[in-house]
Amino acid sequence: MGPLEDLIACPHCDTLHNYSDVPEGAQAHCRKCGAVMLTQRAASVAIVLSLALSSFLLMIAAISFPFLGVEAGGLSNGTSLLGTVMAFSDDYALPLAIAVAAFIVFIPLTRLGALIVAVTPLVLDRTPRSLHKRAFGLAEQLRPWSMAEIFVVGVAVALVKITALVSVTYGLAFWALAGLVVLSFWQDTLICRYTVWRALDTSRD
Amino acid sequence: MAGAGYISGLTTARAAGLVACERCGQVHQRQNEVCRRCGAQLHSRKPDSLQKVWAWWLAGVITFIPANIYPMLLTSTLVERSESTIIGGVFELIHYGSYGIAAIVFIASIVIPLLKFFIIAYLALSVHRHALLSQHRRHQLFVFVEFIGRWSMIDIFVVAVLAALVQLDTVAAINPGIAAINFALAVVFTMFSAQSFDPRLIWDENEAAADD
Repeated sequence: MGPLEDLIACPHCDTLHNYSDVPEGAQAHCRKCGAVMLTQRAASVAIVLSLALSSFLLMIAAISFPFLGVEAGGLSNGTSLLGTVMAFSDDYALPLAIAVAAFIVFIPLTRLGALIVAVTPLVLDRTPRSLHKRAFGLAEQLRPWSMAEIFVVGVAVALVKITALVSVTYGLAFWALAGLVVLSFWQDTLICRYTVWRALDTSRD
Repeated sequence: MAGAGYISGLTTARAAGLVACERCGQVHQRQNEVCRRCGAQLHSRKPDSLQKVWAWWLAGVITFIPANIYPMLLTSTLVERSESTIIGGVFELIHYGSYGIAAIVFIASIVIPLLKFFIIAYLALSVHRHALLSQHRRHQLFVFVEFIGRWSMIDIFVVAVLAALVQLDTVAAINPGIAAINFALAVVFTMFSAQSFDPRLIWDENEAAADD
């Protein structure tokens, strides 16, 4: 519908620009405030989809397998990822247990699931429908609250604190989570929000 | 081509009688209320942005105080029971010689939250006043605060891992203290505060100056 389609406004300073395709691998910045507006990578949706699928499976593995174990003075204790969350479950800290479970497991899972739903039609060259748009909107909204990578740094700090006192064993879930963090950093550099929305928009007419 | 003429002098969407969708970037005529592309509500500027910023900011500051006064970790071993606050935990790490980790915890749990409170307050105050820092500097501060906010959660996760792992009967046991809840709330409230701030407010003074 006319010239409005060719305009793009900077999300940080509202400055209008003419939309134009960006060369492969390049970024378009706002002329006024310098915020990144577009990043272009031809194959990126297919890579995003495969990364999201792998991350999803890694997260399932991280929940299912043993996470960490400790041993000291003949006594040992092990925990799963959800067991870590339940550390907060005694009486007054229960809301915190629920929040932490959401931050490190359920929000990342929901976000990955939504992302998979949203980009699948783009990869398969099907016509996107409103479901796919809603899924991408959800994935975008959850992004700041998906904290699996922060949790991994927290685990590293915790381990340094206790390695002097106890011996630590690493379970499969630990490695799955470490892999997941690498994949999610990679994935975040590949997603261009605006390009995905534009691609999802072809359904309209 | 009504749109093309607006571009040459770097105009904002608002000055051109348009409104840009915050979620997907699609530009609309001003009177539209819902984005045609992604279905989000359209606002030229976030409604009541500064009011929300201050409300969440205040909630964050209030919860940050008990987070630093009350114990974060309750440790019991064969010989002693001890409670440590956030800053106490940092001193403990220094005592054991883990300087790097002490620095991470100190920066993530104390420096960054305090810095965020100051930066958000400064950004909100400077919207309607003459600001000392240039618009570009303030914009960089905003991007920094938005990026860094979630990383303060590290300490909560450290406590969770420690409390789940170190449950060795009488030899050693670690449990979370009440400060953990306060701290988590403070982080979440400041994230809401930063998200409520509309970065376009930083740049709007150009428009006001141009109108005069």
